[in-house]
Amino acid sequence: MVRTFIQRSLTYRALVELGEVGSLFWKTLRNLLKKPREHQTFLQQLEEIGVRSLPVVSLTAAFGGLVFGFQTYIGFHRYIGAGSEALGGPIITLALAKELIPILTGLMISGRVGSSMAAEIGTMKITEQIDALHSLGANPVRYLVVPRTLAAFFMTPCLTLYGDIIGVAAGYFYMVVLMGVNRVTYLTNTTQYLELWDVMTGLIKAAVFGVVIAVVGCWQGMETEGGAEGVGRATTRTVVISSITILILNFFISKALPASLSQ
Amino acid sequence: MIRIINLHKAFGDNQVLRGVELTVATGETMVVIGQSGSGKSVLLKHIIGLMKPDLGEIWVDDTEATKLDEDELQGFTRKFGMLFQGAALFDSMTVAENVAFGLERHTNYPREEIRRMVEESLARVGLHGVEDMLPYELSGGMKKRVGLARAIAYEPEIMLYDEPSTGLDPIRADAINDLINMLKRDMGVTSVVITHDMASSYKIADRIAMLYEGVILEVGTPDEIRNSRNPIVQQFIHGESQGPIKTW
Repeated sequence: MVRTFIQRSLTYRALVELGEVGSLFWKTLRNLLKKPREHQTFLQQLEEIGVRSLPVVSLTAAFGGLVFGFQTYIGFHRYIGAGSEALGGPIITLALAKELIPILTGLMISGRVGSSMAAEIGTMKITEQIDALHSLGANPVRYLVVPRTLAAFFMTPCLTLYGDIIGVAAGYFYMVVLMGVNRVTYLTNTTQYLELWDVMTGLIKAAVFGVVIAVVGCWQGMETEGGAEGVGRATTRTVVISSITILILNFFISKALPASLSQ
Repeated sequence: MIRIINLHKAFGDNQVLRGVELTVATGETMVVIGQSGSGKSVLLKHIIGLMKPDLGEIWVDDTEATKLDEDELQGFTRKFGMLFQGAALFDSMTVAENVAFGLERHTNYPREEIRRMVEESLARVGLHGVEDMLPYELSGGMKKRVGLARAIAYEPEIMLYDEPSTGLDPIRADAINDLINMLKRDMGVTSVVITHDMASSYKIADRIAMLYEGVILEVGTPDEIRNSRNPIVQQFIHGESQGPIKTW
C-alpha cells in the first residue's frame, strides 16, 4: 500500500520521467558518432524543422518586433520625454536578440515541430513500426532520435538568427518609418551599444531549446501507449513540457552567460 | 536452435510469462497457440531481443539473446525475419523502400541487385507492380504480404510470424501457409509462428506448443495435440466457450 502510494505521487512520477528523458538524451549522445549515419533522415528533418518553419517564425518575429517597438516608443515618450524615443533602438535590439526571439522561436518550433515528432514517432510506436525498425537491423534511437536532435540543434539557431533580422527590422520600421523617430540617432545608438555576443547569447539558447524540443518530442513519441488517444496525449505533453522547460532554462542560461564579453 | 529457459515477464502487476520453457530445433516450424492476451507476442518479441525478460534465458544457437547490448543486437537481428501482426510497414516509405530496408542494412549488395531482390520477394508473395505504392494505398491483406516480403527479402535463418493469416481471406491465408512450408523446405528456415488458426497450425507445424497462464502447457506434433487428453488443450483447439478455460 505504501509502495502504491509512493508510485502514484507526483514527485515519484516526475523523477521517473526525468530518468526516462535523461536516459534517452544519454543514448542520443552515445549514438551521435556511430555508424550507419542516417543522412537522408537528417536532411529531411533540416527541411522539416528549418524551411517549413520559416513562415511561422517570420510572422512571430515581425509582430514581436512591432509590438516591442510600440511599447518602447510609448515608454520613452511617456517617462523620458518627446524626442528620446530614438534611444530605444538598443533596448529593442538587445531584448529581441537575447530574449524575445529565441523564446518565441523555441515556442513556435515546440508547437509545430515537437508535437509533430511526438505524433509521428507515437504512431510508429503503436503500429509496431519501431519494433520493425529494430527487427530490420536499425537502432531506433540512431534512426529516429539522432537525426531529429541534430537537425533541431542546427536549425533552431538558424531560425532564431533569421527571426532576429526580421524582428529588428520590424522594430526599426515601427520606430523610424511609422513613428518618425530620428533614423541616424536610432541606428547610431543601436550599433554603439549592441555587441555580437548579444546575438550569440540568443543563438546559444536557441541551440539548447532545439535539443530540448527534439528530445522531449522523441521521448514522448517513444513512450506512447493506447492508440489514437495516446498519440494525442503525447503531442500535448510534448508542447507543455518543452514550452515550460524553454521558459525555465531561458532564465538560468541568461543568468549563467556573461552579460557582455567586453567588460 | 532456439532454447527458451525459465522465461518470466511482468508488466506492472500483470505477470504475463511465468517460466516458459521451449526448444525449437533448427529447421523446425513451431506453432505457439494460446488465448488472446496470453503472452504469445510477448514471447516472440523476447526471442528477437525487442524485450528484456525479468528472469530467464533465451539462447539462439550459441548466443544468449538476453545478454546482448544495443550494438550487438543489431547484428543479431540479421538472423531473423519478423512478420508483425499489423504488418508494421513504414508509412512514409513506398513498398519497394519498405522491402529494401532490411536488405540495405543487413547486406552490401549494389542498388541494382537490391532492386531485383525486392521484385523477387514481392513476386514470392504474389505482388507485382506495387513497388511505388505507399502503404495507405494497399488493402490489409496486401500490407501483410508486403510485410512478409520485407521479412524474407534478406533470406533470414529464423522467421518469426505474429498471426500471419489474420486479416487474409482463406485462399490467401493458405497461400501464406504454403509459403511458410516452402521457406522451410527450400531454405531450411526455422520458424516460430503465433496463431489462433488451427487449420493453419495443422498444415505448417512440426510441433505445436500451447501457452496458457504464462507457461507452456503442452508441446507435441499436430497429431499429439489433436489427440491430447488435456481438457484445456481440447477446449482451445475446438474453439469451445464451455470448459476449464474461463471465457471472460
